[in-house]
Amino acid sequence: MSDVIDARGLSCPQPVLLAMDEMKKGRGGKFTILLDSETSKENVTRAAGTQGWSVNEISDQDEEFKLELSRG
Amino acid sequence: MIKNFFASRWGIIGVGLVIGILAPLLQKLGNPGNMGICVACFERDIAGAIGLHRAGVVQYVRPEIIGFVIGSLVAAYLFKEFKPRGGSSPITRFTLGVFAMIGALVFLGCPWRAMLRLGGGDGNAIIGLLGLIAGIWVGTLFFKSGYNLGRSRNSHPSSGWLLPLAMLGLFVLILVYPQVEGSAKSGVLFYSIKGPGAMHAPVVVSIIVGLAVGFLAQRSRFCTMGAFRDLILFRQTHLFGGVVALIVAAFASNLVLGQFNPGFASQPVAHNLHIWNFIGMVLAGLAFALAGGCPGRQLFLAGEGDGDAAIFVLGMITGAAFAHNFGLASSPKGLGPHGIAAVVVGFIVCLFIGFTMRKKI
Repeated sequence: MSDVIDARGLSCPQPVLLAMDEMKKGRGGKFTILLDSETSKENVTRAAGTQGWSVNEISDQDEEFKLELSRG
Repeated sequence: MIKNFFASRWGIIGVGLVIGILAPLLQKLGNPGNMGICVACFERDIAGAIGLHRAGVVQYVRPEIIGFVIGSLVAAYLFKEFKPRGGSSPITRFTLGVFAMIGALVFLGCPWRAMLRLGGGDGNAIIGLLGLIAGIWVGTLFFKSGYNLGRSRNSHPSSGWLLPLAMLGLFVLILVYPQVEGSAKSGVLFYSIKGPGAMHAPVVVSIIVGLAVGFLAQRSRFCTMGAFRDLILFRQTHLFGGVVALIVAAFASNLVLGQFNPGFASQPVAHNLHIWNFIGMVLAGLAFALAGGCPGRQLFLAGEGDGDAAIFVLGMITGAAFAHNFGLASSPKGLGPHGIAAVVVGFIVCLFIGFTMRKKI
């Protein structure tokens, strides 16, 4: 099971900082991040792109997003 | 993955270009020199118009600010992004707003105006922007060492409406008590007879431009602080593209409109005390960075229902009142009598916040 990062309720730039930290650690090359704004989703997706990670949206319910990031 | 066009590279560049064209046009239609849009100055003018300070030359309810919040609110509702929230250390955000405003008024402009001043040929803006970048850089050091203001929580939709409603209330006041030629007061509102507060585009133009900018900026997440923060922190150029577009468009528009006057001396609503232009903006940049957004972005976030951003806005308006009541704000003649003391206090407070507010999230 991959790690889960909860970035809900955090404002800029925290969600991206958390995602970047996790990508740099790179353990397992896969993790899940919970977000609660469209802006954070865009920012994390963009950041993942610059690091060469791919993003897979697992769920989008009640204004909460669950993204799975994986290397390559 | 990202469906929102305005959040794409060309989207944010387009929004920067539009703002860079609209601001000089507002100046052409009456707004003060290199102040087509200045969030800090305009909030300061609002503080004066409602009597929170009584500096006679800067009193006017700026419809642009009202438009920014309401335009963002409309966009947020249309695209299902209205999200009432708050509770991420409101008192800290208020305090940061106060000192962000004081720093900006030592320089005489927020980041928006610094860019518009540059686009109008004011060389002092280069010093101010360097200060802004330095302040944001200090802010990124705090972020790297774990600084954060904690999570916000979802709240009642009506709580997200409070700042937009307050803005609508101000607009009602403009309609009920419109400016009377040559009079410093109309009903409860104060107006400037001379000075920058007396210079403004027609109300209808200002509100329409404000609404358009608010709408576009909400969609694109345009932020003049985030532009540099993301560049420094993540080497990301996304938001930076927006501010470069703004400066280029403002420069071109000013050339076309005959408003480009290169130089350092005798620039409109500016002084050329280089050290204080720099240091004032270091303070403002640090405060904006710690609060997570430039003054414009805070208005757009407030329109989306972010109560913490709304508190920051109220902090800035309060900061403007202190700045003029206590003689902290600069003027074209130079520094205010207590400007330096206020900047020192501001740095102490911001560093206190940065060093003490870190924890595992």
